[in-house]
Amino acid sequence: MSQVNRLSGGRVDRGTTLSFAFDGKLYQGHPGDTLASALLANGVRLMGRSFKYHRPRGPLSAGSEEPNALVELRSGARREPNTRATVAEVFEGLVATSQNRWPSLAVDALSVNDRLSSFLTAGFYYKTFMWPKAFWEKLYEPAIRRAAGLGRLSGEADPDVYDKGFLHCDLLVIGAGPAGLAAALTAGRAGARVIVADEDFLPGGRLNAETITLDDAPARDWVAATVSELASLPNVRLMTRTTVYGAFDHGIFGALERVSDHLAVPKPGTPRQILWRLYAKRSLLCAGATERPIAFENNDRPGIMLAGALRAYANRWAVAAARDVAVFTNNDDGHRTARDLAAAGVHVTAVIDSRTDAPEIAGLPLFRGAVVTGTSGRLGLKSITVRNADGRTQEIACGALGVSGGWNPNLQLTCHHRGRPRWDETIAAFVPDGAPPGLRVAGAAAGIFSTHGALTGGAEGARAALADLGIPATLPDLPRAEDAPFRIAPLWQVKGKGRAWLDQQNDVTVKDVTLAHQENFRSVEHLKRYTTLGMATDQGKTANVPAIAVMAELTGKPIEQVGTTIYRPPYTPVAIGALAGRSRGADFRPRRLTPSHHWAQEQGAVFVEVGNWMRAQWFPRPGESHWRQSVDREVLATRQAVGICDVTTLGKIDVQGTDAAAFLDRLYCNGMAKLAIGRVRYGLMLREDGMVKDDGTVARLTENHFVVTTTTANAIAVFRHMEFCRQCLWPALDVQLISTTDAWAQFSVAGPKSRELLQRVIDPACDISNEAFPYMACGAVTVCGGLRARLFRISFSGELAYEIAVPARYGDGLIRALMAAGQDLGVTPYGTETLGVLRIEKGHPAGNELNGQTTAANLGLGKMVSATKDAIGITLSRREGMNRPDDLRLVGLKPLSPADTIVNGAHLMTGGSPVDAAHDQGWVTSSCHSPHVGGSIGLGFLKRGDRRTGEIIHVVNPLAGTDIRAQVVSPCFIDPEGVRLRG
Amino acid sequence: MLIPHPLLGLRDAQEFTYLGDAALIDRPDGLAADAAGRFFDYGYLRDNPAGEHRELWFHEQGDRSWLVVTRNITTHEIVRVELARDVALARGRGR
Amino acid sequence: MADRLTPLTVFGETAARVDRIGTLSIAERPDLALASLAARLGRLSSLEAVAPLVLGAPLPGVSRVAGDTIRAFWTGPEQWLVEAPYATHEDLAAVLKQGFGADASVTEQSDGWCAFDIAGAATLALLERLCAADTRAMAQGDVLRTTIEHLGCFIICEQPGASFRLWCARSSALSLHHALVTAAVALS
Repeated sequence: MSQVNRLSGGRVDRGTTLSFAFDGKLYQGHPGDTLASALLANGVRLMGRSFKYHRPRGPLSAGSEEPNALVELRSGARREPNTRATVAEVFEGLVATSQNRWPSLAVDALSVNDRLSSFLTAGFYYKTFMWPKAFWEKLYEPAIRRAAGLGRLSGEADPDVYDKGFLHCDLLVIGAGPAGLAAALTAGRAGARVIVADEDFLPGGRLNAETITLDDAPARDWVAATVSELASLPNVRLMTRTTVYGAFDHGIFGALERVSDHLAVPKPGTPRQILWRLYAKRSLLCAGATERPIAFENNDRPGIMLAGALRAYANRWAVAAARDVAVFTNNDDGHRTARDLAAAGVHVTAVIDSRTDAPEIAGLPLFRGAVVTGTSGRLGLKSITVRNADGRTQEIACGALGVSGGWNPNLQLTCHHRGRPRWDETIAAFVPDGAPPGLRVAGAAAGIFSTHGALTGGAEGARAALADLGIPATLPDLPRAEDAPFRIAPLWQVKGKGRAWLDQQNDVTVKDVTLAHQENFRSVEHLKRYTTLGMATDQGKTANVPAIAVMAELTGKPIEQVGTTIYRPPYTPVAIGALAGRSRGADFRPRRLTPSHHWAQEQGAVFVEVGNWMRAQWFPRPGESHWRQSVDREVLATRQAVGICDVTTLGKIDVQGTDAAAFLDRLYCNGMAKLAIGRVRYGLMLREDGMVKDDGTVARLTENHFVVTTTTANAIAVFRHMEFCRQCLWPALDVQLISTTDAWAQFSVAGPKSRELLQRVIDPACDISNEAFPYMACGAVTVCGGLRARLFRISFSGELAYEIAVPARYGDGLIRALMAAGQDLGVTPYGTETLGVLRIEKGHPAGNELNGQTTAANLGLGKMVSATKDAIGITLSRREGMNRPDDLRLVGLKPLSPADTIVNGAHLMTGGSPVDAAHDQGWVTSSCHSPHVGGSIGLGFLKRGDRRTGEIIHVVNPLAGTDIRAQVVSPCFIDPEGVRLRG
Repeated sequence: MLIPHPLLGLRDAQEFTYLGDAALIDRPDGLAADAAGRFFDYGYLRDNPAGEHRELWFHEQGDRSWLVVTRNITTHEIVRVELARDVALARGRGR
Repeated sequence: MADRLTPLTVFGETAARVDRIGTLSIAERPDLALASLAARLGRLSSLEAVAPLVLGAPLPGVSRVAGDTIRAFWTGPEQWLVEAPYATHEDLAAVLKQGFGADASVTEQSDGWCAFDIAGAATLALLERLCAADTRAMAQGDVLRTTIEHLGCFIICEQPGASFRLWCARSSALSLHHALVTAAVALS
């Protein structure tokens, strides 16, 4: 007994049968089916449980506005909760599971909530779980968390990929119904760049769900001809399965294309979804309208649906929701549903029209001035109770009830810039009033409900949009179409004793709105937050307007004065995966590789991410089982012989021009104007507020040519700052800047044998003896038989040291050459850990100390700040608050007991004082094991630290419960006179 | 947002880095007698208009021009865009 | 004297990398020399006057490319990058410095950047997945700078709709290559 409710006709491909499973049971459907249409065809109405009361629910709609029929789609890592069955396309092997129920959809333990409903009204969280206070964390919250939520996440990594993309157009048409297709045709024929996006997989919009004719032929003929013409135009891009979910500034729209959601598994390498960023000079919203229900007692049973949805299931999907169907309406459109259903062979048991002047409907039982007051059927509709105009009630058996309370234009995107819609009495609905610049609205989205109105509105909207851009367009010959007026007499609720649902997904009833009103939550924004109305995944597409109308009735205000809540993106949910795109895992951000990267990999280096750079952290050797063994060896080899480290990552900025020296003199707080050609100077850069921004070296290659270095992390920010100074502060200085970081492979060659090593690769014509090339010299040299190179005699380690740079493509060759040439010297590559140990031993500040909260004086570099010139930051660095007598100073720390270890972040306390913030003396910024000292050492900031050398201080780490004693020493643990680096 | 670059036309704001009030162009003279007070104002006092605001944007992923963008911060409407260098020169900044 | 050093590509290879995916080809171009050129303050007109002699073509205007063997493209106000065959112009920066003298600041950039030529029927579709620029509207000889997967890149239109050259920072070239290949596979 399969597909018992399948009718004839429709837009499904009966030539192919697809098998799928729902809650473990196998069913059959056809291509063109949604999960909801296929389940209805199989006689399944019950598809979910509601959020709060666990009420049995079936689909309310046939589209993206669906609040009820939410399922977990697929299985394993691809399991996706809260998928709307009304838009999920059926594919062979689809597996869906109902959610928010236990143990089964038909028997759900938590449906007890439904009996407790009088306690679970609006605001029950705020009122119920207040006392005793201690219960919140231990009892209430865990219990609520267990009960909350609808579907379950898979808990596994998403195996699919998501792309992003960017498209540009003259006109974006949102929606491919009659208005959108007419607009696209108009603009496409005019030669404009057009994008038409529709959330459905079948273009045509509402025309797919109707029996109406265009030029006396089925509407689908015109749709097919139009789509085929659009496809033939190279300037038109028709995007189906694509939801425009947000209107952002200046004609930028967000759109989500579901590329592979209709497939069991995406094709290898291809994305599941693409998040498009659309740049549209003009846009036309042709998003149609959404029907709204009427609130009456127990109006949420499976089988009670929007009338237009019943019609869509019959006409498009050839599905009758049940064999006996009734319709409850307050407008003429409900009659169309009844007629179409009857024509499709469905037995229409009653048309209940609340209007006493409702038009006649041939051959069908019409109840004028009547309303539905209640329903029965625990897991699906069995009958409805109708109160006639004369007050008599009667019960009518039916398996489905189509409800139409009118239609709401889909105007959400017009409100994404805080536009507020206007109430239109004639259609009893909000219509757009103003929109983001460049956006027009046509068709039902504009409140024009006739097909003729949609076609002409779309075409004229496109022509007007193109006229703005100076592109002439002529209106196409549009087909003849129905132009019936829309007649409605508003009816929002049928008052009764029981619960009448407004927001079915979040279980908000008329009673909840009444309670909110009683408790004075009357503003529509308060109503929303107090009752959670419209806050579910469907964003209240079917719920908001009826609830606003009920609130209007309660307050006695007209609806337009109650107003709407603010619509924000996204129009329908967008998965986090789509927002992340390819930026996941290893591809979260790009990686920068040093020129010696491939060589370091061969050496088995352990890498660390610094900024985006991958740097060698240390180079383990056979037999070394702990990183400390490697690092200690690298440190000692550098101090005793020679070590090599890739320092390409330091920012290198080329500064040229006749005013380059003057410019640099204003950027650094120490003097740069008189730096000699062929010399390097350490430079300290302040922020304008007087704090240290960055440090580095400034090398003068020629009179008008400098190369400055920045720290690895600050390279981009420093360049930006320098361009700001050049363009905004001193635009008449002759100075040109360009980054040259990547162009040069730069290696630090450090240690007493560094000169000897370099002399073996630097061409003999270049004299790098101590006399010819002293400490802080720089210049051009050639290496390995004429290759251009730059040599800087600078030292971060405190040893005799150089940095040598060659064009990056030769970096791999150079490190291999240095390693080969220095084998007998004990040359050792070292990584960032050793770099850190060497600089801590030498007392050089780095990122830990240059943290944006330190002054030059804190670092012990106060004397570098010029007293005689103006440079960035100097004036404000003199402020009193930054020059207190008890200011922090950088100090060295050495444990009294060699067994003790100093850790970063530990606080410095005076012996005997309480360990609290009030008595804090400072903290440890950097620490390491020093092979040179033979124990743990640290750098830190200490109040009046420059005057406390020799003092014994407590190094306290309350997190680990340690408290050790250390001596305050000079931050420079090695060669304080600087003999080594000048040797 | 799209920023109408004076040389390049409409460019996505994602290519830019934002700095803040264009008043930062008017850096005081650090050697003036009242430098301390003027730098305090320069560094810390900002107008916060609910409407048109002149602000500095850097076309970092573009042509590396600093721009002065006059933007209505309540509507994001961009009223005017100038090269910051031209603005600085017009405000008397030079060497 | 030490042996001469072997130059390597960003892939750590001696030969250029070429990928063919569907109809797309993605070719690394390590055979190009590159130098940056910026006018000294107030020297633009004399720089422009000399340019045809040095470059063989006038300096290109905003967002444009000009030249043949030596080719310049606009990068910012009064700034350009200049390309030439590496085999014959490894000393490109020196040549420019010689030619432009005190009218310009010149910096060697051959190894600061890495070029990929992409060509094939799906080129525009590929670029639409990767960058916000309206590459469909680019004419031959147009250039712009934008980001691809967080990486700053120059995009030069060699043949509208069919062939483009991308320049990105050398250190992140492998990430750009990964992004190009991944997107190309997704399209095929």
